[in-house]
Amino acid sequence: MAITKEEVKHVAHLARLEFSEEELETFSEQLADILNYVAKLNELDTTDIEPTYHALKITNVYREDEVKESFPTDEILGNAPERENGFFVVPKVIK
Amino acid sequence: MEWPKLSLSEQLENLRQGKVSSVELTKALLDYIEKKDPQVKAFLKVTSEEALAQAEEADKLRQKGEDRPLLGVPIAIKDNICTRGITTTCASKMLENFVPPFDATVIIKLKEAGAVILGKTNLDEFAMGSSTENSAFFPTHNPWDLERVPGGSSGGSAAAVAAGFCAAALGSDTGGSIRQPASFCGVVGLKPTYGRVSRYGLVAFASSLDQIGPLTRSVKDAALVLQVIAGKDEKDSTSVPEEVPDYLKALEMDLSGAAIGLPEEYFGEGLSGEVRTRIEEAIKVFEEMGIKVKKIRLPHTPYAVAAYYIIAPAEASSNLARYDGVKYGLRVEGKDLIDMYKKTRSQGFGPEVKRRIMIGTYALSAGYYDAYYKKASQVRTLIARDFTEAFKEVDFVIGPASPTPAFKIGERVSDPLAMYLSDIYTISVNLAGIVGLTIPCGFTDKGLPVGLQIMGPHFSESKVLALGHQFEERTKFTEKYPEL
Repeated sequence: MAITKEEVKHVAHLARLEFSEEELETFSEQLADILNYVAKLNELDTTDIEPTYHALKITNVYREDEVKESFPTDEILGNAPERENGFFVVPKVIK
Repeated sequence: MEWPKLSLSEQLENLRQGKVSSVELTKALLDYIEKKDPQVKAFLKVTSEEALAQAEEADKLRQKGEDRPLLGVPIAIKDNICTRGITTTCASKMLENFVPPFDATVIIKLKEAGAVILGKTNLDEFAMGSSTENSAFFPTHNPWDLERVPGGSSGGSAAAVAAGFCAAALGSDTGGSIRQPASFCGVVGLKPTYGRVSRYGLVAFASSLDQIGPLTRSVKDAALVLQVIAGKDEKDSTSVPEEVPDYLKALEMDLSGAAIGLPEEYFGEGLSGEVRTRIEEAIKVFEEMGIKVKKIRLPHTPYAVAAYYIIAPAEASSNLARYDGVKYGLRVEGKDLIDMYKKTRSQGFGPEVKRRIMIGTYALSAGYYDAYYKKASQVRTLIARDFTEAFKEVDFVIGPASPTPAFKIGERVSDPLAMYLSDIYTISVNLAGIVGLTIPCGFTDKGLPVGLQIMGPHFSESKVLALGHQFEERTKFTEKYPEL
């Protein structure tokens, strides 16, 4: 299976990544290699096999909805690249 | 006394008998790190100041007559486990300056048990890799042969323990990242049952597979550390409420009459001759111990790597979406919000991380979900069933931890698929969520360590550790040290 550079560009956009022309070339080849390898899964008939999304059968772990101590705003904002008056700052979104 | 050559239990013994203080022990190890780590490069950060303060605290407690399970012993931490006030970089430019405002649950537990945190160890960026060459900062070298990789992704932790910089370190294991480097570096590495140890504060790679575990010089030491870090944590809803047994006590349990299974699929093509020979010799030791040996089949093993390289990247692509240049980590300015995201992520992530995000995003994208993610998750069911069937017949499954001993630095970097295949014997354990323990079982002619893997059902840590411990008592492979 081959993957076109256009497909790689589309997936990169979905993943919010960008690549140079050269990188696009390498990635197309490497992704194709990996997907070709993965295609061996199709040798197996998995009709009626339940998928496993989690190693242990745990569902719906509940706890009481109680107010607990939270982190000070300063500490949480401490790692933000840009902050102002207790807020994260992002580039302008609305035009 | 040569402190770097002692195991964790021996260090504790010396501390308890008052033969050494925690400050003296910590200083001795810090000195040794300063002298020898420039060759090995196991540490991304050595936290000397904090460690000495913790050691002083430990000595004060001991003077007051107090004792705790790890009081005063230095331990290193893989740098994808959050440590309050100390950078946690995941060996990524994305998090180069990230200082967590909280401790991971395992760190809180280690501190409560009296451990001294010595520093943060190198890894493949975001734990994605099998050689520690994907670190954005520098590769780590194998203490047994500095031209070779220590394995990965917990290569820094494995190398630190092998070199004698510390007697124990924490790692994380998503597809073999504790067990494969343990094998390459000749140390003990345990991946506990999924959910046995809280993942709160472990930077997420593939959440349904990730598990924290110890790397140590002996099986007993692995039991000591597991005892401290295991247990239900309300901050990790996937951690399990099963009672934590007394792992140390269990080490001497009577295993006569137990049966081990040797899966045909773990001894086929691709297994190096010397590794095969060492494993066969180990099997003879088990027989001498009165353990039955049976040939078994795990028929879906050949599909494990393929299933893993869909499931793990799919989960990673979702988990790593959080690195957006807003809340923490790197930000690279762009002409608008989307452009800022793209520039930040493209400059912040290294090639292997991008490759996995791309595979995952592709596998989860519209029209491909059933063909890739669902298919891989169905195959995961088949792989887990293989083990369920096997464990009806035998108590343990045994095989090599890696098809080859440590390979040379640079040898596999240009071929991602060849690198992925070095995890062929460890990945199934994560997919099934069961226990996997690597222990040293000898050396190649060139003096490189070979690791044996013991696999057991969910929550069989006691028995797996007991088998490993009793093997170690007979073989003493863990007593050899690399010359640095």
